[in-house]
Amino acid sequence: MATKQFNGRAVEVDADGHLADRVDWDEALAGVIAEEAGVGELNDRHWLVINFMRKVFDETGDAPSIRRLTKESGVPTKELYALFPKGPAKKAAMIAGLPKPTGCI
Amino acid sequence: MSENNNGEIKKVSIIVSKGSLEGIYPALIMANGARMEGIEATLFFTFFGLDAIIDKRMDKVKVATVGNPGMHIPTFIGAIPGMSAFATSQMKKEMEALDIPPIREFIEMIHDTGADIFACKATVDMFHLKKEDFCEQVDEIISVGQFYEKSAGAEIIFT
Repeated sequence: MATKQFNGRAVEVDADGHLADRVDWDEALAGVIAEEAGVGELNDRHWLVINFMRKVFDETGDAPSIRRLTKESGVPTKELYALFPKGPAKKAAMIAGLPKPTGCI
Repeated sequence: MSENNNGEIKKVSIIVSKGSLEGIYPALIMANGARMEGIEATLFFTFFGLDAIIDKRMDKVKVATVGNPGMHIPTFIGAIPGMSAFATSQMKKEMEALDIPPIREFIEMIHDTGADIFACKATVDMFHLKKEDFCEQVDEIISVGQFYEKSAGAEIIFT
């Protein structure tokens, strides 16, 4: 398992660069990951998506992919792509400290 | 090229030429999947594939139960009236459970991800169609030449 430095803090990550263990996650770390992923400073809309992702992961054991986000997070597709450019489901999962979503849709 | 030095795909252009449910969905799933990975995507609908974006037809697309060996039913049974509708409703139930939306919703979603949606001019002319016959997500009716221009640097996928 690889280790990555976030703001001087060593954290274990998986092959996709997502946190290997959710216990390492906190809101401050989310902010650092977001900066690195090119998402910039997190606002309320980002947090709505991140918190929804964490909730779904708690329920299902998988991070939601884009259709579920569009349908249930309260943030429409266009805005998702504006908030998390280049792959919202993947990026939001990364910032939320979750593995990459396995769903195709 | 559509690949950088890591062989990473940057852009895809997907041609949809078939008008059956099983002909259309793989292309939509691949286009949406591309956008989910941060890959640029273009959908080009041609021939019977146009049914997926014709406003009056897109909600009525069915599974082919005749001449489709993948259905694993004899052709004469597949030809019984209502068989295609039955197979379609069964498949739609399965798809909803997998979070695969109906065609209209899927096209809207894909367009909202920033993908471009084009209709093929040659087919539009052949079928005597007009821009207003299509759903609002269709960006433009374009020629094959324009398709290639817009696909510069893309991987072209024919379905």
